[in-house]
Amino acid sequence: MTKALIINKGVEQGIIEFLKYLLDSGKVKAVFTLKKINKNGAVAFSLISKSEDLDDSVPFYPLMPVNAGYLLSRFTMKEAATEPVVAVLKPCEIRAFVELIKREQGSLENLFIISSTCGGVYTHKMSADGLVEKNLTKYWDAVKKGEILDDLRPTCRSCEEFQPYNADITVDIVGKNDLDKQCTMLLNTEKGEGLAKDMKGKLAEKNLDAKKLDNFRAKREKEKKKLFDEIEPKIKGLDGLIDTFGKCISCHACGKVCPICYCTLCEFESPDSEYKPSNYETELNKRGALRVPPGTVYYQLGRLDHIAISCVGCGACEDACPADIPVSIIFKKIGESVQKMFDYIPGKNLEEELPLSTFKKEELSEVEE
Amino acid sequence: MNKNDDYLPKIIAFLCNWCSYAGADLAGTSRLKYPPSILPIRVMCSSRVDPLFVIKAYLNGADGVIVAGCHPGDCHYEKGNYYTRRRFALLKKIFEDLDLEQDRLMLSWISASEGPKYAKVATEFTEKIKEKGKNPAKSKIFL
Repeated sequence: MTKALIINKGVEQGIIEFLKYLLDSGKVKAVFTLKKINKNGAVAFSLISKSEDLDDSVPFYPLMPVNAGYLLSRFTMKEAATEPVVAVLKPCEIRAFVELIKREQGSLENLFIISSTCGGVYTHKMSADGLVEKNLTKYWDAVKKGEILDDLRPTCRSCEEFQPYNADITVDIVGKNDLDKQCTMLLNTEKGEGLAKDMKGKLAEKNLDAKKLDNFRAKREKEKKKLFDEIEPKIKGLDGLIDTFGKCISCHACGKVCPICYCTLCEFESPDSEYKPSNYETELNKRGALRVPPGTVYYQLGRLDHIAISCVGCGACEDACPADIPVSIIFKKIGESVQKMFDYIPGKNLEEELPLSTFKKEELSEVEE
Repeated sequence: MNKNDDYLPKIIAFLCNWCSYAGADLAGTSRLKYPPSILPIRVMCSSRVDPLFVIKAYLNGADGVIVAGCHPGDCHYEKGNYYTRRRFALLKKIFEDLDLEQDRLMLSWISASEGPKYAKVATEFTEKIKEKGKNPAKSKIFL
């Protein structure tokens, strides 16, 4: 059993009150969470230090503008947070942040992390069309019942890692049928307990409802299998890859928004990877014709090789893709396959080394000749 | 007569400076015979080979790609080749999952004294690639 704080308010209101308490009591100097920009459902991550500015914050809004793990990494890369800050993150955002910390791209020092069981989020496209705001009632209703909506992002619909790792506080959301009346926060760590101490509410001993979550996971698994089966023929062999990635416009947006793709000096952005007329000549002699600019399959394969081991399946890539390429499911599928090879779940354990930064002396003899 | 008999594959070999390149050198100075299909690229350590190099070589039409380094435990930089092995295994897995021809890629350990092994690897791999035929990537336009 874990200690839990129960506030008799709906989840969204309850968490805002808790965040306000944290600011007012001086336990934290700032809150990092989603805040509304306007009434049409545009939201952005913001750092908030005045409690009245939390009024229009929406910590569990079903949209991921950017993977917040990436934002926190930029925030704490050069120096750790100097004052205590509490961040409300989705499970995949914490995982991405942990993967970045392993790459020395950020620090958890002075950070408190609040997360929740995650019901998934909508696409940017839907947000731009004002549909997220319109669908909110439907969304919360489905989350309450532990159902999966068809219009959520594919990677969310098929995500089995909806329970956060490394959160100081986990808010019980998925499958909680009284979430509009009660906000239950599990205090996973001493840090979490420290935050909740003296907050008005009821203290109890509680666990997440494992049975409900297992049911939910089973639905997600089913959806994942369906999506993976659909994508398999589309990425089969060179012809499959060309079919799928051929329409890539080389904007590299997927890489830019990918939390794991963090290199500042990217090979694919370097002038060295531009084709000169002489390169075209060589290729034309070989092939007779060549796409301009070339290298879309190369880019995707290269990115796949570089990040698959740490891909948390957050789906930011697909959300950013203007050509509607199902990148997130492809990366998730290949990612899971290589992660399984090294028995690695990205973002689960901060102490566990990145598989490519370590080795065993006796292993993998099957690839040596 | 096999139609592949006069086809000479093009195989890119990334050879580490301290072992495999010296092994290739020894094969040459020992006048061992092996097919002229290998195009060696010398790198300071096999772990200098970003898998991107291998992907690029493959997509640009190399019929085979070899990454060769010191035997495990013998790396000049102590552990570079262990990292290489993990990266290579991961790359092979990705090739396998995408149904690309992962058998066009090879990882081999060749020490500075193993001239005959270099000649053997070069000959056998060339034969294997000859049987497979040309890399289909060579004729693709939209890569």
